[in-house]
Amino acid sequence: MAFKQITSPHAHASQNTGKVMQLVLWATLPGLLALTYHFGWGSLINVVLATATAVATEALIVQMRGRSVSFYLRDYSAAVTAVLLGLSLPPLAPWWVVVVGTLSSIVVAKHLYGGLGYNPFNPAMVGYVVLLISFPIQMTSWVTPLALLPDGVSHPGLVESLSIVFAGYSPADGVTGPTPLDSFKYSDGLLVDQIYSQNPLFSQAGIAGVGWEWVNLGFLAGGLVLLGSRIFTWHGPVAMLATIAIMSALFWDGGSSNSPGSPLMHLFSGASMMGAFFILTDPVSSAVSNRGRLVYGALIGVLVYIIRAWGNYPDAVAFAVLLANFAAPFIDNYTLPRTYGHIDRRRATEKEEDQQEEEKSK
Amino acid sequence: MKTWVTPGGVHPPENKHQSLTLPIGSLPLPEKLLITLSQHIGTPAKPCVELGSSVLKGQKIAEAAGPVSVPMHAPTSGTISAIEHRPIAHSSGMLAPCIEITSDGRDQWQAHQGIEDYKNASASTLLQAIAEAGIAGMGGAGFPSAVKLNPGSERPIHTLIVNATECEPYITADDSAIRERAAEIIEGIGILSQILGHPDNILIGIEDNKPEAIAALEPHTQDSGVSVVSFPTKYPSGGEKQLIYILTGQEIPSGGLPADIGMVCVNIGTTYAIKRAIVEGEPLISRVTTMTGEACGINRNYETLIGTMVSHMLEHSQFNQDRCSRLVMGGPMMGFSLTSAEVPIVKTTNCILAPSYDEIPDDEPAQPCIRCGLCAEACPVSLLPQQLFWYSQAEDHERLEAHNLFDCIECGACSYVCPSNIPLVQYYRHSKGEIQKARVEKVKSDHARQRFEFHQQRMEQAERDKEAKRAARREAAEKAKTAKSGSEDKSGAGSAADIIAAAQARAAARKVSPEQQQAKFERSIAGAEMRLQMAEEKLAEADDSQTDEQKNILVAAAEAARQKLEQARGRLAEHLKERNGEQVD
Repeated sequence: MAFKQITSPHAHASQNTGKVMQLVLWATLPGLLALTYHFGWGSLINVVLATATAVATEALIVQMRGRSVSFYLRDYSAAVTAVLLGLSLPPLAPWWVVVVGTLSSIVVAKHLYGGLGYNPFNPAMVGYVVLLISFPIQMTSWVTPLALLPDGVSHPGLVESLSIVFAGYSPADGVTGPTPLDSFKYSDGLLVDQIYSQNPLFSQAGIAGVGWEWVNLGFLAGGLVLLGSRIFTWHGPVAMLATIAIMSALFWDGGSSNSPGSPLMHLFSGASMMGAFFILTDPVSSAVSNRGRLVYGALIGVLVYIIRAWGNYPDAVAFAVLLANFAAPFIDNYTLPRTYGHIDRRRATEKEEDQQEEEKSK
Repeated sequence: MKTWVTPGGVHPPENKHQSLTLPIGSLPLPEKLLITLSQHIGTPAKPCVELGSSVLKGQKIAEAAGPVSVPMHAPTSGTISAIEHRPIAHSSGMLAPCIEITSDGRDQWQAHQGIEDYKNASASTLLQAIAEAGIAGMGGAGFPSAVKLNPGSERPIHTLIVNATECEPYITADDSAIRERAAEIIEGIGILSQILGHPDNILIGIEDNKPEAIAALEPHTQDSGVSVVSFPTKYPSGGEKQLIYILTGQEIPSGGLPADIGMVCVNIGTTYAIKRAIVEGEPLISRVTTMTGEACGINRNYETLIGTMVSHMLEHSQFNQDRCSRLVMGGPMMGFSLTSAEVPIVKTTNCILAPSYDEIPDDEPAQPCIRCGLCAEACPVSLLPQQLFWYSQAEDHERLEAHNLFDCIECGACSYVCPSNIPLVQYYRHSKGEIQKARVEKVKSDHARQRFEFHQQRMEQAERDKEAKRAARREAAEKAKTAKSGSEDKSGAGSAADIIAAAQARAAARKVSPEQQQAKFERSIAGAEMRLQMAEEKLAEADDSQTDEQKNILVAAAEAARQKLEQARGRLAEHLKERNGEQVD
């Protein structure tokens, strides 16, 4: 009787990477629904187009690298990258914007670094930043939320949206407009109260901007589902959101004309919730330990706020995440957990000699 | 009672009920039993029986070799039919020295009796009896119990922890033993307490998924000073380090032993074996082993003789090999796969698991690590398994040690939860092995370097000593010289006659040698003359029969001989001239 030699443990939980990624995809649904409801078909088209491009590109590259295509497509990681990128692009952006962004994500940010698990930067954010820097006009025109469309104007239907995206038709007047962060940033010389009463984006909103607050709530809901399923820990998202809240409270400046905005606006506008629960939780490019993720999340929160408040861009999640990606390995070196039986945490850079010296000094 | 919660941990399906439907059974007496000489931590035992000799059940067949070792005993009566290397239960399938006993079927005990009035016996008497009974920890590691129970007077023990956690899925050996043998187990714990000088706390740690076992213990622990502490089921609560933390909130320092913090932790099965050894005088020759898994029709616990072949257990458990996905000794988390069933049960074998493909399918191919961190959440000792994996692949030993690789208990929780199916534990084992190898190499090379440096030093020292001796001699000679000249100075002209005599003696001495020299030169001239003569004779004999070339050679030889003669004569003439000159002087 001969038996197979297999290493322990023999039992295995039923979780697998493909399932994790699929769950992440499902969790983006509330956000996508809110986007589609408030801003029309554009986001859905972005998501579908990006996903198709990403999966095709992934298959091609995996094939070129001589790996099993079906095996690697089953991890759904390309789809997740594409969906996140599609969600963050302006609705009704030209098709080539979506395609160029996706190619940057999959080819440059992911596979040139060795594929899944080896990319130091968040691929979706690399794609986004490439686009933001290369095509600022296309990247900064957003669709007017449903509630604020002028009388007699509605969001383009599916066919019309497709022709805008693929054939370059221009949308009707009034369909595009600024985002809340945009209009807040460029309302110089007005008190916060004045902006909130004069600008319909705020005056008709509940907490942070018409439409946008729902999108953020959608991503928050999806994120909480993932948190509940233990796909990630609370440390990164909470650190980022708490830091943004603290920073915006510190610099609130009593709502003066210099105020960069309220904590609520910063938390529920722009890409805050999506960034907190779907972008900085990308495990590959983030810090690894819980303690590290606290630092990492806080760093992103600080950067997001600094760039929003005093930088040139109205939103900053992509830049903040990429900068923090740079810092992640460094953070990892100094945030190891304390292991059982040890008095203190150790440094990842500790050398044997350091330890011997320590023992000697004891 | 307050318990603490360890970080991490997992909740794999328990699968314990299957083997608990029947009481502890026994297998038919096997025809042959194979006793491995190394089934404990420490030095392998030394055989003390001859091939072909007959032994009785319980008779010692191998002696403990050294202080950290245990003896082996015959599990049944019969004949020693082999003392040789055989495959043993080891993940590598390696061979190791074994003693084979062919049973005579009588299963006849040798005369044995326990320690009379053991309650008044000294700790050393009891420890001696435990050592003689060949008892090694039965929870898995197999550390000699007598050594563990004797931590020395500098480490007083205040807490005795009895490990009845049995946190691995499927295994029910301890559970069933407690249900059926609670009284004897408590008696065994009493003996342990006596040996350890009655520690303040005696705790039985048990997971709350064993209510029957807890209930079985209750009546016997009244007024015995033993507390049964149950805590929520979570793998791996049964690790020694984890259990101690759960029960006391204290941690064993990294690289240390429980005794370092005044604790001793013993598996509950071992306490039963100790009771049998002390009270009945029975050595450890059998243990409770769980036979389970869907590939077996019968799932239950057996009181199994040490040395029983796994195949014998399978045969009597309606084993179906076609359904069996793998054969595991131990549990599904930390057990190791056997490549053959022809290996024996040892003192640490708590379970044989023969799962079906439905239960434990073949491993799926590993996907890339996405550093999701589920492993870090599951790690019971707060390591970062994903980082260890990364550095293990990179063979970055320094980083691995900085990430406390050696605190990994290899429980497998990280691999269990890994969504990418990465065999993480195997990477850690590999890296630990590599680092240990590197350490040994380093010790070796350090040793070699030290030896070389010492050699170098010794050579230098020898050279210095020689030099010093030479210097001393020189100095002594100089001293003697000055002393001599000093004395000559003192003697002054009075010793002029001596000087002349000495000079004459020197001259006489010199005279002998030139004469000898002359004789030598004359001999060499004679020799040269003879060789010249022979060469000329040969040249004369040459005639026409030889070629010109040959003649030329002879001519050259004759010429060379003539030159030699000239040289010799010249030297003699020179010598004579010198001598004459000297004499003239």
